[in-house]
Amino acid sequence: MSARQRLRGLIAAPVLAALGAILVWGLSGAPAFGDFHGAYGDLLNRIAVPQRHTTNVVTAIVFDYRGFDTMGEEFILFASVVGVVLLLRDIRKPQDSKDDAVQSDAIRLFGVLMVGVVVVVGLWLAAFGLVTPGGGFQGGVAVAAGIVLVFLAAGYRPWRAFGRERLLDPFEGGGAAGYVALGLAALIAGAPFLHNLLGPGSTGTLLSGGSMTLLNWAVAIEVAAANLVLYTEFLESYLVPHLSER
Amino acid sequence: MTYLAYGVVAWVFAVGVYGAIVSRNLIHLALCLTVTQSSTYILLLTLGYRHGGRAPIFKGVKLGTAAVDPVVQSLTLTDVVVSVTVIALILALALDVHRQSGSVDPDEISTLNG
Repeated sequence: MSARQRLRGLIAAPVLAALGAILVWGLSGAPAFGDFHGAYGDLLNRIAVPQRHTTNVVTAIVFDYRGFDTMGEEFILFASVVGVVLLLRDIRKPQDSKDDAVQSDAIRLFGVLMVGVVVVVGLWLAAFGLVTPGGGFQGGVAVAAGIVLVFLAAGYRPWRAFGRERLLDPFEGGGAAGYVALGLAALIAGAPFLHNLLGPGSTGTLLSGGSMTLLNWAVAIEVAAANLVLYTEFLESYLVPHLSER
Repeated sequence: MTYLAYGVVAWVFAVGVYGAIVSRNLIHLALCLTVTQSSTYILLLTLGYRHGGRAPIFKGVKLGTAAVDPVVQSLTLTDVVVSVTVIALILALALDVHRQSGSVDPDEISTLNG
């Protein structure tokens, strides 16, 4: 252990002790495990289904009761993706090379079969997000994970068909703009921002939740595109130096 | 009452903070931050748990059945999304630092070059 690290440990020790004390003090005031009775949560569990016709209360909170917060959350996602793109943008693009193609037939076959399965699971999670466990955020991540399997199973060249910013940017921006547009549409109609204009729909169907369904899909599109932009940027910044060495 | 879940929260938090203090690599540091933040997911879900409560999803379930708190679950979702996007930004910064200075060790890049 170097002198520098020992010094760092000495400085950290009292800070950590204070932090630990605050943590224990805070946790000692927390409700006993399994004994929580939040008035807000209990209320929503009771009224969300009759009021909003959505059986997944968590998604109803995300897109309706706390829909404005979700817009902020979506723009955190948007802003950090913009930040990553600005930091990693490189004029040099990796050259198409046959060297990095995946050689194993078994991996190629399994990977290509899994692409469809994972993308369908993602779409299913997003589509039924208001009925059963799932939602736009989870579905979007799964769809992006399915598409990035193309790179893992088949190599860089086939992946380029999807991992292009020019293709992905409209989806990412469109998803974010769609959410705001749905909020503004309610304002124009004379209702509060993000008011559910379409009515609650019928419980347990794909259209239950009305406007929430559209918000859900806007988020799913944005999350999927944002993740793919991130994958593209990180893959390119990895592949540019590595492929040009060959 | 059981303190196990709260103990896990404190332990995960402490492990993450300890890792961040002794870290010699920016990427390791970013992952330590993620571990630290993961303790907040466990804390939120622990707080909202109710004995005998189901998931707050009422598809095919009679209304009024005891369910865990849905608010903390949606907060956890927000937490996860923010964590993932911020980690992407931090990793991009680490890559940029490596490109500029050729190192990811915070001790070696302490001198600022303007």
